[in-house]
Amino acid sequence: MIELENLGKSFGETRALSGVSLTMAEGSFTSLLGPSGCGKSTTLRLIAGLDRPTTGRIRIAGRDVTGLTAAERNIAMVFQSYALYPHMTVRQNINLPLAMRNMTRVERLPVLDRLLPSARRKMADHAARVREVARLLEIDALLERKPAELSGGQKQRVAVGRALVRDPIAFLFDEPLSNLDAKLRIQMRGEIVDLHRRTGRTFVYVTHDQAEAMSMSDRIAVFMAGEIRQVATPRELFERPASREVAAFVGDRPINLIDVAATGAALPPPFDGFAIAGPALPPRVTLGIRPETLDLVPEGPLAGRVGLIEYLGSEAMVTFHLSGAGAEDVTLRAALDAGHGLPAEGDAVSLALDAAAAHLFDADTGRRLDARLVARDGAAAAGSGLRSLP
Amino acid sequence: MTAKRILGRAVMVALLVLGALVILLPFFWMLSLSLKPADEIFAPGIDFLPSRPEWRNYAKAFQEIQLFQFLKNGAIVCGAILFFQILFAVPCAYALAHRRFLARGAIFGLVIAGLLVPYHVTAIPVFLGLAQAGLLNTYSALVIPFVASVFGIFLFRQFFASLSTDLIDAARIDGLSETAIVWRIAFPLAWPAASAFAVFSVVAHWNDLFWPLIAVSDPNLATPPRGILYFRDEEAGSDFGPLMAAATVITAPLVLGFLLAQRKFIQGITASGLKG
Repeated sequence: MIELENLGKSFGETRALSGVSLTMAEGSFTSLLGPSGCGKSTTLRLIAGLDRPTTGRIRIAGRDVTGLTAAERNIAMVFQSYALYPHMTVRQNINLPLAMRNMTRVERLPVLDRLLPSARRKMADHAARVREVARLLEIDALLERKPAELSGGQKQRVAVGRALVRDPIAFLFDEPLSNLDAKLRIQMRGEIVDLHRRTGRTFVYVTHDQAEAMSMSDRIAVFMAGEIRQVATPRELFERPASREVAAFVGDRPINLIDVAATGAALPPPFDGFAIAGPALPPRVTLGIRPETLDLVPEGPLAGRVGLIEYLGSEAMVTFHLSGAGAEDVTLRAALDAGHGLPAEGDAVSLALDAAAAHLFDADTGRRLDARLVARDGAAAAGSGLRSLP
Repeated sequence: MTAKRILGRAVMVALLVLGALVILLPFFWMLSLSLKPADEIFAPGIDFLPSRPEWRNYAKAFQEIQLFQFLKNGAIVCGAILFFQILFAVPCAYALAHRRFLARGAIFGLVIAGLLVPYHVTAIPVFLGLAQAGLLNTYSALVIPFVASVFGIFLFRQFFASLSTDLIDAARIDGLSETAIVWRIAFPLAWPAASAFAVFSVVAHWNDLFWPLIAVSDPNLATPPRGILYFRDEEAGSDFGPLMAAATVITAPLVLGFLLAQRKFIQGITASGLKG
């Protein structure tokens, strides 16, 4: 278990991190997700012991490690650049952490390591362990190569092997897949998840790619501007984002965010077909509408004209310019199923949206509102008509 | 067009040849004199080649002065200087490149300022210090003033600065102490910088005459350039044949060494450039 308690980190005048508290359960897979410069990598480096926090404490397995060095914490880390030692073979790369950990200074000396019985015994143990790890990761054929002779995916495996070999308490990953091509990235995702299952250790995974975080982890901490904005399971994060920023960051397709002035429960056009059900509303509300919750419906509550169409194979992202009073600048992007035929640019169409799936935020603070969007009586067909397209 | 290009190339080659001649002429002259009989050396005309090779100059060079001893001294002094320079410069350079500490920038500034000071400036205080310590006329006197090389620190620090911090962090996580990182990770990777530095250091200290002339008077401790001076200021005047023979002998290790290492040296430098 890794516990972060009110961590803060400043570099000179700049505050990189403040008030980060997070508990990662034993054996869990937690992703730290956020745009670049949000403090997620800083947090990982603090957990690793590569940097010291300005404020706050870190506990690993119940032990306060705030003042300990990286080596004393027994955690492993995989870097984005792999950080393999270029002058050593794969075997030496994987073996080094074992030698540094288990052998005394004397036993590591160049000639004595071959003479001392204790050193020879340990080296034989280590060699067996290296072979075992290499077999597990299917890199046993590469053991005598230097890192420069390996492909990106192979380097990644060696880096994982080096982390795995000494059986650490926790594995830290710092954007390990960013340097791989798309296909390999998806394959390696599966392998890392598999590794997590096999080792049962605590994994902490830093990424800016929400798809990676959503698909791999059981919990996600969303970082923004040096703070944690939300900690949730992937599903919860998608279905109940805590703020407008989180909603904008999560999801494959960018969410539609539209500011409207709400008067009581009623919404102005073009959303006058809907109302807000919930307690005390702020004067301005942001509607968060995911593109996949919009669909073309005859006589739908939203009327508009088709703009840009981005064809993506099984689906298409279609931009709609809403029409009618008060809708001059409102555009919505919808993900439409391309199998049923797509409208043409310039067509006048009408749209329905799945009101239950819409998110409501306070337009000023960006916080999620404890309220729901509902279709008004006149437009009751909207919600139900959504899935029954001709 | 082609004629123009050929002409251009011819001019370039001619200039290069001229430059090479200017550089090589003294060496050739040394070689030629070392093979000339005594009477030809002072002949009024200029003859580039000896009428017959006089090998006795070389025999004399080895017999009349302790040339072997001088070569051995040169090897010991240069080896010791290089060893300690690397021993001290590499950790310093690593600290300057990869550790954060108070006044790091100021200290690096001092290193650069140190590059600007020729060692002759500090020669007298260093001499007085060694005299106080009773170390004059020892190998230590020849080695100690040079063990801290600001040039070495600068060169290695520039190289280490190009190593990725991830690599250093990975080593820290793998359990390497800072000292272990220096000698197991940083130094082996700095091989091109180290070989370039070794060339500069050995050439400078092998050829140095100034400091051995001041620090030692015992002929048994003389380095090669100091040693061949024993051919001068003898009562009979300078014996130039053997002097030039001895000069040829002490230059030869450097020239041979460079010729043998040349390819590797250049390979090392280009390889590191490509990887960077």
